[in-house]
Amino acid sequence: MARGMNERIQKLRDISVNTPVHIDMERALIETKFYEENDGKYSIPVMRGMFLKKYFSEKTLYLGDGELIIGEKGCDPQASPTFPELCCHSEKDMVVMSERKLVSFHTTEEDRKIQEFEVIPYWQGRTMRDKILSEMTPEWHECYAAGMFTEFMEQRGPGHTCGGEQIFTTGYMDYKEEIKKALEAIDYMNDPDAIAKQEELKGMDIACDAVIILGERYHELALEMAEKEKDPKRRAELKQIAANLEVVPKYAPKTYWQAIQQYWFTHLAVTTELNPWDALSPGRMDQHLIKFYEADTEAGILDDEKALELLECLWVKFYNQPAPVKVGITLKESATYTDFANINTGGVTPDGKDGVNPVSYLILDCMDEMKLVQPNSNVTISKKTPAKFLKRACEISRKGWGQPAFYNTEAQIMELINAGKSLEDARRGGSSGCVETGAWGSEAYILTGYMNIPKIFQLTLYNGFDPISGKQLGLPLGYARNFKTYDELWNAFKKQLEYIIDIKIRGNNVIEKLYAEYMPAPILSVVTNDCIKNGKDYNAGGSRYNTRYIQGVGIGTITDCLAAIKYNVYDEKNFTMEELIEAMDNDFEGYDTIYNLVHDHSPKYGNDDDYADSIMQDVFALYRDTITGRPTMTGGKYGVDMLPTTCHVYFGDVIGATANGRKAHKPVSEGISPEKSADTHGPTAVIKSCAKMDHLSTAGTLLNQKFTPDVVAGEEGLNNMATLIRSYFAMDGHHIQFNVIDKQTLIEAQKHPDEYKDLIVRVAGYSDFFRNLDKPLQDEIINRTEQSFC
Amino acid sequence: MPLVTNIQKFSIHDGDGVRTTVFFKGCPLKCVWCHNPETQRFYAEMMLDEDKCVHCGMCEQVCPEGAVSMVEGRPELDQNKCIHCGKCEKFCTAVCRENVGKKYTVKELTKELVKDRMFYEDSGGGVTFSGGEVMAVDMDFILAMAKSLDREDITLTIDTCGYTDYENFVKILPYVNTFLYDVKVMDPELHKKYIGVDNKLILENLKRLSDDGGRIYIRIPTVKEVNGNDANMQATIDFLNENRIRVAQVNLLPYHDTGSGKYRRIGKEYEGTELHAPDKDEMEHFKQMFIDAGYTNTKIGG
Repeated sequence: MARGMNERIQKLRDISVNTPVHIDMERALIETKFYEENDGKYSIPVMRGMFLKKYFSEKTLYLGDGELIIGEKGCDPQASPTFPELCCHSEKDMVVMSERKLVSFHTTEEDRKIQEFEVIPYWQGRTMRDKILSEMTPEWHECYAAGMFTEFMEQRGPGHTCGGEQIFTTGYMDYKEEIKKALEAIDYMNDPDAIAKQEELKGMDIACDAVIILGERYHELALEMAEKEKDPKRRAELKQIAANLEVVPKYAPKTYWQAIQQYWFTHLAVTTELNPWDALSPGRMDQHLIKFYEADTEAGILDDEKALELLECLWVKFYNQPAPVKVGITLKESATYTDFANINTGGVTPDGKDGVNPVSYLILDCMDEMKLVQPNSNVTISKKTPAKFLKRACEISRKGWGQPAFYNTEAQIMELINAGKSLEDARRGGSSGCVETGAWGSEAYILTGYMNIPKIFQLTLYNGFDPISGKQLGLPLGYARNFKTYDELWNAFKKQLEYIIDIKIRGNNVIEKLYAEYMPAPILSVVTNDCIKNGKDYNAGGSRYNTRYIQGVGIGTITDCLAAIKYNVYDEKNFTMEELIEAMDNDFEGYDTIYNLVHDHSPKYGNDDDYADSIMQDVFALYRDTITGRPTMTGGKYGVDMLPTTCHVYFGDVIGATANGRKAHKPVSEGISPEKSADTHGPTAVIKSCAKMDHLSTAGTLLNQKFTPDVVAGEEGLNNMATLIRSYFAMDGHHIQFNVIDKQTLIEAQKHPDEYKDLIVRVAGYSDFFRNLDKPLQDEIINRTEQSFC
Repeated sequence: MPLVTNIQKFSIHDGDGVRTTVFFKGCPLKCVWCHNPETQRFYAEMMLDEDKCVHCGMCEQVCPEGAVSMVEGRPELDQNKCIHCGKCEKFCTAVCRENVGKKYTVKELTKELVKDRMFYEDSGGGVTFSGGEVMAVDMDFILAMAKSLDREDITLTIDTCGYTDYENFVKILPYVNTFLYDVKVMDPELHKKYIGVDNKLILENLKRLSDDGGRIYIRIPTVKEVNGNDANMQATIDFLNENRIRVAQVNLLPYHDTGSGKYRRIGKEYEGTELHAPDKDEMEHFKQMFIDAGYTNTKIGG
């Protein structure tokens, strides 16, 4: 029999994929009532712990027919709780989110009433969003509104982390024991932070109780259902589920099944106590599960079929949880249901050996069979990774739905060591979210927002003025025509960049402290190394490592702008700067010669041409050096990532025509990929250009490559893919992902979305259904240089 | 110094692994189906896409040598005056002009070709010289290039029609890893009709090259109306057998007309409009003929 999902998994997957995403008001309602009754009675961390306990004690449980891994954030699959303590949606938001075509969240009349009469009256003026926006400077507000940068913490909490091994080896009673010891160790005689630590630890302890209560409630439910169940097979399963819940989450898991269930409870707890970016990924799941897999197989209670089925049950669980609803600019920068839960497979072990094991291959099989955009599946390829594993991953990747993406283990380790991690912690780490690297289980590596680099360059040309918003956003350093040399232009750009980054970081610093003070995350702190020991919250710098990032967007666009100006205006003198600006102001309409010179006859990034690539290196170094190493307010340091999610579409929309011939409002380049259709020398040239960036001094970069199927067909095609990956990684490239699809298919899919409902494409750091993307993004994917070779 | 029309990276159908293919300009043959008509003449040319041209006269205006003149609204190029500076191409309002044929020194070309070394090494690839006909251009240059790549330890594949003085093969053989050797039509008359010359020299050279130890991939561009039949395939097999040609691979390349659009732009007329590729089953059948004859490493495509 051909391999494939069994009947159970097909049924669960169908429910998950076909259930419309809907808002679940239960969490908001319980939280509002809890705060109305208790606000002011307890310290903030204790309140957070108590609220989680109350929610888990009262929330509607869901144990679906056929499920083996259990637990939902809301009352059923695709139910999405809201987080009014962070962002309290207006009555209008409740309607818009339900009626918008893409990434919609259904709200009922009842939901809207609850929001209007219960939630809004309490939370208005009390949310983190209110606190943040009222503390930002006028400059920050103007830049934010104009699209100079985005702010990640405006609607969602910090998170951006990934679970470590402890999640699979620790019971919540064990955590409680650890907390008890830490409480006992508080030095009330000498430590000025003693009381703060005490309250934080108390909050953590209560949060642990919350998870244990959730487990107990599910245990009772499973037993009840088993009593009533007529099908003996299902009855036995329910009894086994109940038996598992006698162990987890209270105690450390003893079996493969329990280990997965334990992780899932932790995932639920972290993503319901707050609304952190990037959910909570399971880290190196293959390595964390292998000893359970081996022991259970040995004991005869597990075979590959069962092991795969349990993974597939987990995959359904991920897909059941859409990322919490976003509105406004936050929606634009990340227009997706994807919550960026990542599965990372392969890599190396903490002692540096090849990390690929039998569970790794099962995960690949699972990913292949499930074809779900969530979780986001990746493989981490090291020099030690067997070719068999790489090829199996390529085989799945070339099917054209964008997964798995490929990460470079050695680059990740170097990036982490460069940022101050120990070798062992670095090997335990990897990439989560989109592509960002962290020490899993031990680090808060928080992304703070995207920086619109091409727009900063536009300001430079217009004396700091932004023609799109009509505001003076930058410094008045002169107009483009004033810059007599390329160096003068460059120096002005440098000052504008520094100025805008300062505005962003000043805002970040305030936001960071607001979160540290007002919005602790006790359960996330419990499962992240050293928070308990330090008696300090994850959001206050309690983790072993703390870093923050500003993600640079549009490096391809800005490079080509500078190259076009340097080449045509200063070197070849093909036209003057005034002529160029005039052409740009007219969106190049009627300026064909200038347009063709900048668009088709100027050096471009992505062609292994040092003229353009050295400019990319300059821009990158400037951006990196302006940010990297600056102190954060909770004891960490800043770094950079080069990734866009969907922000390059939004950022492009707020920029007029640019000097590289990009028309007004078109997307800017994504990740570190070249500007659309600027790369004309094939994928090796793209890879060479991209590798000239010093990836090891970042915490992650993103490179997209699209292929038509013929390029990667057959055994030779697999070898070609593997060669591109191995070579890019040998040159220290961080990440590469492939869309294997032909252009015609995409054009057809755009015309007839109903006929191509299944079509998945790699967007940027994640995959999504093509039909879920809006038109400019669809257009961009269609036009993303098609690499076809005769 | 020979002219180069294109340097194609990540070339995956012109020999082993990931390669960079250099197309040299100029060819002694004139295959009816040629899909690189811009590589036929030995001198530099300007391709003009008349459908795009807006007759603005910008090319005439920017030409520093007065080589372009507008005749009845159409730009005409004086080959004798043109210095191939590329200005008319760059300033063209309609992106309808394209210079074909660029000079490189050995050093410049080597610099370009070592760029993808990393990919060659991982995939067992290297550089392919194609054309045009590389064995018919300035052999001193080609030999110097071959030596230069050899010093860089980059393997070289030569894609050739075989129509050249055998001495040229003797010179280059020590520096070449593989020859992609075209065997188009066995019947000398048909060969003359479709290719412009008789195939005697080509087949003699093939035998000598094989005897001298060259590693050879036999390439057969397969056209239904010309050579896509059992008789020709059998004759090819017989020739290979009788002359004990040591064949490392056979590639049956189905005809395609993707180059036909270029003819008008280069000021020529495409004469292959009536040609077709054999259908898939026929191609499989030809492939089987070679396999049955012992050429087990036979593939459809490059």
